[in-house]
Amino acid sequence: MSVAAPHRMHRATLLDKRVSFMKGIAWISALLKSALSKWVPLALVTTIAPALAGEDAAVRNCTWCHGTSAQGYTVAPRLAGQRPLYLESQIRSFREHIRDNPFSKQYMWGAVAALDPPTVRELAAYFATIPPRPANDGDWGLSARGRTIYMEGIPEANVAACYACHGPKAEGIREIPRLGGLSYSYLKARLEQWGQGYHSTPGSPMPIVARSLARDEIEALTSYLSFIR
Amino acid sequence: MKALGLALPVAMLTAVLLAVSGHAQDVVRADRGGFEAKLEYCKTCHGLSAQGYRGWFPMPRLAGQQPQYLENQLHAFIERRRTNPVMANVAHALNPSMVSALAAHFRSLDPRPIGGAPRQSVATGRRIYEEGIPEANVPACSACHGTEGHGQNEIPRLAGQLYEYTVGQLTGWAKVRGQGSAVDTSAIMAPTAHNLTRSQVEAVAAYVSNLP
Repeated sequence: MSVAAPHRMHRATLLDKRVSFMKGIAWISALLKSALSKWVPLALVTTIAPALAGEDAAVRNCTWCHGTSAQGYTVAPRLAGQRPLYLESQIRSFREHIRDNPFSKQYMWGAVAALDPPTVRELAAYFATIPPRPANDGDWGLSARGRTIYMEGIPEANVAACYACHGPKAEGIREIPRLGGLSYSYLKARLEQWGQGYHSTPGSPMPIVARSLARDEIEALTSYLSFIR
Repeated sequence: MKALGLALPVAMLTAVLLAVSGHAQDVVRADRGGFEAKLEYCKTCHGLSAQGYRGWFPMPRLAGQQPQYLENQLHAFIERRRTNPVMANVAHALNPSMVSALAAHFRSLDPRPIGGAPRQSVATGRRIYEEGIPEANVPACSACHGTEGHGQNEIPRLAGQLYEYTVGQLTGWAKVRGQGSAVDTSAIMAPTAHNLTRSQVEAVAAYVSNLP
C-alpha cells in the first residue's frame, strides 16, 4: 500500500502533464491560425524557437563561440572546468565594462548584458562541472623553461611564482582562474593585454606580473600551461 | 659615389637605432633592482596594500609588521631554517639594505584587516589570547605579542593577520620553522603551538585577524 500510493501519484502527475501539453498545443495552433495571414514568420520565431532550445538556450548561447563542450575555440577561451567564482567575476566585469580588451568589448559586453544573476550562477556552476581538455597548442620546446617560471617565478626580475596563487597544478581556486590547459594564444594575449594597459578584475595583481614578464618569458610560460591536464 | 655617400649615414643611423632598442630591455632590467620595483614585487602576492592576500596559499599581511621580524624571516628562508621554496628564491634576490628599506616601509603601512575569519569562536580566542590556557601550559599570547597584538622587535605583529595564515603556521610550526641544527627564536613558539588544539588555534587566529 505504502508503495502503491506514490506510484499512483506519479501516474496522475504524468497525466496532468500530458493534458497541459495538449492544451498548450491547442493554444499554439489557435494562435497560429489567428496570426496566419501576416504574422506567420513572427509566430514561428516566438513560439517554436524557445520550445526547441528549451532550458539549454543560455548554455548554447555560450558554446556557439566557446566551442563544443565549452572546450574553447580560437579566441574564445575554454570555460569547461573553470572556477565558477572566476566565471561569475568575469561576467560581472564584462557587464560593468571593466574588462575592456577588444574581443571583450566586441563580443562579451553584449553577450552578458541580458543575463540575470541566477542564470549567471547556474551557467558558471554548469561549465565548472565539464571535464576540461588541454589545448596542447604551445611550443613543447619552451615548456620546461615555462614550468620553472611557473613554479619559481623570476626573482631577479621581480616576477612572482604563479604557483603561489594559481596552485601547484594550475587548477586555480575561488576567484583565481584555472590556467592549466587553456590555449597558448589566449593566455599569451591576456598577459600581453595587461602589459598594454587593458583592465580586467579590479584589485588584481596581474598587471604588475604582466609588466615584469618579457615576451620570451610569456611564450615559455603559456606554452607550459597549454599542456597541463 | 653619391649613393654611397648617403648609404653610410643611413647605415650608421640604423646601427645606432638598433643599439638603442637592444638596450631598452637592459634598461628595464636594471630598473628592476630599484626599491619601487622590489616593493611592487612583494605586493604582487602580499596584496596591493600589503594587507595579505588569499591565493592558493594564504599570503601573510606585511603591513605594520615588526621590521626585525621580517628581516629574521627573510634570513631564515635563505638559510632554510624556515621551509618555503617560493620565499627562499625571493629572499635570495634581496640584498641586506633592500631588506631594511622594505621592512621599514611595511612597518609604516596600516590598511584595514582583510577580514573573512569565522566569527563564532572570537570570544574563546580572546580569552586564550589574554589569559592563556594554564592547564595546558599555554601562556597568554598577549604577554609577548602585546595586548593589541602589535608585537615588538623580533616578536611578530599578529593584529590583522590572515586567519588561514595564522592557522597554517600554528598547526605546522615544527615542520616549517626552526629547521636544521641552528637554534633560532622560532623555538620559543614550538611548545605553545604543540599544546594548542586545532579548535583553540582557530579561535586565536580568528580573534587576532580582526585586531586593527
